[in-house]
Amino acid sequence: MIPTLLVVATIVFIINRIIPGDPAAVMLGPQASVQDVADMRERLGLDKPVFYQYIDYILNLLKGDFGTSIYYKESVLTLILDRFPNTILLSSAALFIAVMIGIPAGMIAATKQNSLLDYVVMLGALIGVSMPVFWLGLMLVLQFSVNLGWFPATGIGSLDNGFGNVFKHLILPAVTLSTIPMATFARITRSSMLEVVSQDYIKTARAKGVREFFVICKHALKNALTPILTVMGMQVSLMLGGSVLTETIFSWPGMGRLIIDAIDKRDFMVVQGAVLFVAVIFVVTNLVIDILYKAVNPRINYASGKEEGSS
Amino acid sequence: MENQEPLLQVEDLAVSFTSSSGTVKAVNGVSFTLHHGETIGIVGESGSGKSVTATSILRLLPPRTSSIDGGRIVFEGENLVALPPGRMRRIRGNDISMIFQDPMTSLNPVFTIGNQLVEAIRLHQQVTKKEAVKRAVEMLRLVGIPEPERRIRQYPHEFSGGMRQRAMIAIALSCHPKLLIADEPTTALDVTVQAQILRLMKELQNKLKMAIILITHDLGVVWENCDKVIVMYAGSVVETTSVNKLYVNPLHPYTWGLLDSQVQAAGDKQAKLTPIPGTPPDLRNEIAGCPFAERCGYAKEVCFEEKPELTEVEAQHHVACHFQTAASRLERNEVLI
Repeated sequence: MIPTLLVVATIVFIINRIIPGDPAAVMLGPQASVQDVADMRERLGLDKPVFYQYIDYILNLLKGDFGTSIYYKESVLTLILDRFPNTILLSSAALFIAVMIGIPAGMIAATKQNSLLDYVVMLGALIGVSMPVFWLGLMLVLQFSVNLGWFPATGIGSLDNGFGNVFKHLILPAVTLSTIPMATFARITRSSMLEVVSQDYIKTARAKGVREFFVICKHALKNALTPILTVMGMQVSLMLGGSVLTETIFSWPGMGRLIIDAIDKRDFMVVQGAVLFVAVIFVVTNLVIDILYKAVNPRINYASGKEEGSS
Repeated sequence: MENQEPLLQVEDLAVSFTSSSGTVKAVNGVSFTLHHGETIGIVGESGSGKSVTATSILRLLPPRTSSIDGGRIVFEGENLVALPPGRMRRIRGNDISMIFQDPMTSLNPVFTIGNQLVEAIRLHQQVTKKEAVKRAVEMLRLVGIPEPERRIRQYPHEFSGGMRQRAMIAIALSCHPKLLIADEPTTALDVTVQAQILRLMKELQNKLKMAIILITHDLGVVWENCDKVIVMYAGSVVETTSVNKLYVNPLHPYTWGLLDSQVQAAGDKQAKLTPIPGTPPDLRNEIAGCPFAERCGYAKEVCFEEKPELTEVEAQHHVACHFQTAASRLERNEVLI
């Protein structure tokens, strides 16, 4: 885990220094004199050799110090931790919607393979993955905020106005963010279930007199979960890393917005810190998924490093 | 025992499968009767319809691609073909159980053996979980699995092939069914394990007083384990009688072919293996005459034109062949070709 993060930190650092643009110049605006910019650079420590900056950065990281934002003048970690709960809230809501609709839809499509229902679900999934998020977001805003006035168009609301207020703000962005994972879950669930339901042990379950509902939801689903978990891990990592489009459309103060704003302002420290943080999230999510694999499939044995038995 | 009402009566069963390339008549007018505690063997080569016949008794054929087109399956006075799904489910695993060919794939890999056993017990019996676990342990002990208290917590991949088939049998017999359908239960096992499993089945049959339908392509298995035999070919019964009669006096040319293609014990006078020439007919096409005519060394013109009826040529011995009748008999050649 540590080497992965070190590599990520290094790459982000290098990319940040390669992209054109000077944070001092951006901060001071186009009217600033050359002397002002030079002074600012000195104050920010940007006049030191790049290698020295790098060593400084890594050493600080090892101490748990993500640095201070060039623009906000605040600790990068504080900025991140400020935004991250919002992203968790949005991602959890979107994941909930995606799982609750996507997985059952895939299961139904698999059990009714080649029926009209199957085609409808698969067409929906195709539309889901291929529809541009920004377009869907804007359409939802147009319909439900502008025309119907049911939900606010932007912002996160405030808990001071009660949970209902935040919930209302949450719905449109969560729905928007959930479409791609939902469609992905439906597709992977369908294909995974189709493979499982033709297995002998499903016939055994039926021969035992198990109800069809439990044949599908107990015997088949648990076997079909491994690929679903893989896809879920990827989707969760992506969402937790900040969903730039959704957060931008709905002005949701999450990780995605933070990173985009920081890139705009050439706020190196925030970009570095945030990307590193996202890397940590990816690593942790993968770890969680690996643990879940083990819970779902007893044949996986990490101690021996391979799958036991034959199947 | 023989005079009792039969446990299972299959009458004129017809099953077909539909696929994009046409309709396959997999089973075509199969009839047989099974009494309590009896063992009937169904033999035939791959695609003869023996598994389909057995699977349709439990109505476990894929519902979207297959259909039971005709006939009745009467189990203890109830026609299973017409039974609503809920009632059928209460029969499955309770009155009639089934074990399958490949124990490596027929146990669910993500649940413990105990979980799968307890599930079977609790599906049909009103017992507490604790009681069910106790019974599961007893069942595992009954089928000869050592240390059942420990084994019950293990997953199928921690069992060997033979042990898995034992566990499968334990699951199938956990509700003391009146009928066990065993679909090639030993085909996927080592020869030594095969004998153990068959012996175990026989033992449990005596203990639990159940009837068995044993599907196999191995006549050797039939001689040792069955009371009656049905020989199937291309979805039809070509010969049916008691094991003793079939052993002493097989009548259908296809049965002869099956016998000739068996490995004989050393020292037997016929040590040569003789395969049946040709391949079984394509069941998508309508067969006008005897389905075996194409491959039969004794076939005459009538065999290609008219399908022979299954007729009783001597007491309890039915054969479907134009030339094996009560009045006339074919002379069996020692070796065909």
